[in-house]
Amino acid sequence: MTGKPSTSPKPGRRASRTTGPAAPGSLHDAIDVDALLADRGTEIIVCCGSGGVGKTTTSAALALRAAEQGRQVCVLTIDPARRLAQSMGLTELDNIPRIVEGVSDTNGGRLDAMMLDMKRTFDEVVEAHSTPEKAEQILANPFYQALSSSFAGTQEYMAMEKLGQLHEESVENNPRWDLIVVDTPPSRSALDFLDAPERLSSMLDGRFMRLMVAPARGPARLLTAGFGLVTNALNKVLGAQFLTDLQAFVAALDTLFGGFRQRAEATYSLLQADGTAFVVVAAPEIDAMREAAYFVERLSAEKMPLAGLVVNRMHPEDIESITAADAESAGHKLASGDAEERATSELLAVHAERARLSKREARVAQRFSAAHPRVPTVAVRALAGDVHDLDGLRRIGDLLAGRQEAAG
Amino acid sequence: MANATPLHVVTGKGGTGKTTVAAALATALADAGRRVLLCEVEGRQGLAQLFDVPPLPYEERKVAVGLGGGEVYALAIDPEAALLEYLQMYYRLGRAGKALDRFGIIDFATTIAPGVRDVLLTGKVYEAARRGSATKKGGTGFTYDAIVMDAPPTGRIARFLNVNEEVAGLARVGPVRRQADSIMAMMRSKTTQVHLVTVLEEMPVQETIDGIAELRATNLSVGHVIVNLVQAALLSDDTRDAITSGTLGTKQVGAALTSVALDADAAPALLDQGRAHLERMALQDAERESLAESDRRIVELPYMSDAIDQGALFELAGLLRADMLGGAAS
Repeated sequence: MTGKPSTSPKPGRRASRTTGPAAPGSLHDAIDVDALLADRGTEIIVCCGSGGVGKTTTSAALALRAAEQGRQVCVLTIDPARRLAQSMGLTELDNIPRIVEGVSDTNGGRLDAMMLDMKRTFDEVVEAHSTPEKAEQILANPFYQALSSSFAGTQEYMAMEKLGQLHEESVENNPRWDLIVVDTPPSRSALDFLDAPERLSSMLDGRFMRLMVAPARGPARLLTAGFGLVTNALNKVLGAQFLTDLQAFVAALDTLFGGFRQRAEATYSLLQADGTAFVVVAAPEIDAMREAAYFVERLSAEKMPLAGLVVNRMHPEDIESITAADAESAGHKLASGDAEERATSELLAVHAERARLSKREARVAQRFSAAHPRVPTVAVRALAGDVHDLDGLRRIGDLLAGRQEAAG
Repeated sequence: MANATPLHVVTGKGGTGKTTVAAALATALADAGRRVLLCEVEGRQGLAQLFDVPPLPYEERKVAVGLGGGEVYALAIDPEAALLEYLQMYYRLGRAGKALDRFGIIDFATTIAPGVRDVLLTGKVYEAARRGSATKKGGTGFTYDAIVMDAPPTGRIARFLNVNEEVAGLARVGPVRRQADSIMAMMRSKTTQVHLVTVLEEMPVQETIDGIAELRATNLSVGHVIVNLVQAALLSDDTRDAITSGTLGTKQVGAALTSVALDADAAPALLDQGRAHLERMALQDAERESLAESDRRIVELPYMSDAIDQGALFELAGLLRADMLGGAAS
């Protein structure tokens, strides 16, 4: 195990952290993960990327490393693997951050972890922003129930809502955490959560919604001829009951709208703030890197602060002296030899496959860096087994910080 | 329900290669004279990339010839276009359709209103599947012999396929209710099968097992579990034993390397790679065993070291046809 990081936290401008030492053989700068974690100015880290690239593991590893370096950390996970969740004490989906046992506190840090319960989060928002009677009415509406529990998109809204809540809790007079690490939901597009606050706002401001609430009042009256046509069409298509329920739902939510929109906008600007760092996570495969590229471009278009790209599960070249082709031709010669030669021939076959994979992955990563030369990147080598305990997370943390271990 | 077109829904955790498998399955099903529709619903244009064609419009396009000489058509279902088409087809809402657009309702329905998107996506697949039996109402296309859907990931699949039940709960009467009921009837009929793509790693396997339980609980039929990216064992049992017992060490491997003029210093690293390979194989075996308990028909597809192109797609299709379709298209 490597010792304490020797890089001292850089005081002052956070921008300086993106100019960490470049990894040997790398074309571009590496993310200086330890500087990022040590910088007290970093209050939120958002890990995003397409599904199956190790987002949850990366967020948990970053959170654990920060805690063991002395930060007060809360990690919000969306959908952790069962054994990893258990190892972090996440046995219940109850929206309450709980301390993770087994985290070293020698540097005065701590780690809390929670799993997102989207329905409960939504219910809490409703309850916090309306009278008990009204809340009850909303919670019982079939549209609300569908919206809050089963439809796609809600998870993204609620992940961002929860982040806002946790951040609020952390900055209020008695700071509980000084760093929040968020994992993002495995959505259709990895970007859905960025759009969530915006979409919510546009839904609330939508003409349709306003018409639903007050179909025949004020200037809307001018539109009622058209709107009558619309409601007729909707009634025809959906049945009258549908519209009545929807109208009741919209009317009931109406009082929440201001609060909702404010929160959505607050969360959005929180994401843009200096204290936030986005970490895009990818695997060295064409699809995942394409998503990552899209993500990086989108974040920069939205002026979201990007810390860099993590490429998980890389298989770096271990034995540079033997190429795949050499291994194969030598393996062929050895295949008809004695037991030891045959075994060596098999080992060479393993190496040839591995060398080809390394080449391919390097090519995929290179293509990304050619297109995005200014994005700091860190490659995390693949571990042979799954990560399902704190020690595994510590190993990933070491790798993220550029402390490569011996081949494993 | 006469002559219902078989629907193969392909789901899987992100990163398991579900789009590739869906495409390979469509290629396998496209036997001589047969026509297969391959739909994508997530707006990622993954099929266009896979078949190396320009981005697909909301239109059925021939993208490939199948394994048996049949045709594979691809369609990227766009919820907005599907909604307008739907309103036009069933309600002839020419003017009102435009009014809906003007009031932002099309936008509301397809991007904001939760669930409607999924209703439209499944609705379009339903439309394509029912062309055989229903009279064609201004529909675009053919009658297909099979439909393959590159569906949302395992974590969302049951919710996605059951979205019409949610709708049926909200719209208690009217044509939408009737439509929702018929879509659910199709999804739960014997002609629809949900295949789950996984890889032999802890989380995808766990998600697959959970997904199977979830699908069964909602009366959807689970077809095959397709294990993708399986790595072949490259070390024999003898070699494994020799490495673990230590009889095969740096000295022996180094000598063998020297005999073929390779760098003997590479021996320790080669042995390390061998041990890592053994560890991966052991992990694969353990996950394979967990999957076997799920009591599903399991098909394995090999890891391919090159990028997936048409040739690779044919190879995968051949394996699927042999193991999954019993040698013939169904």
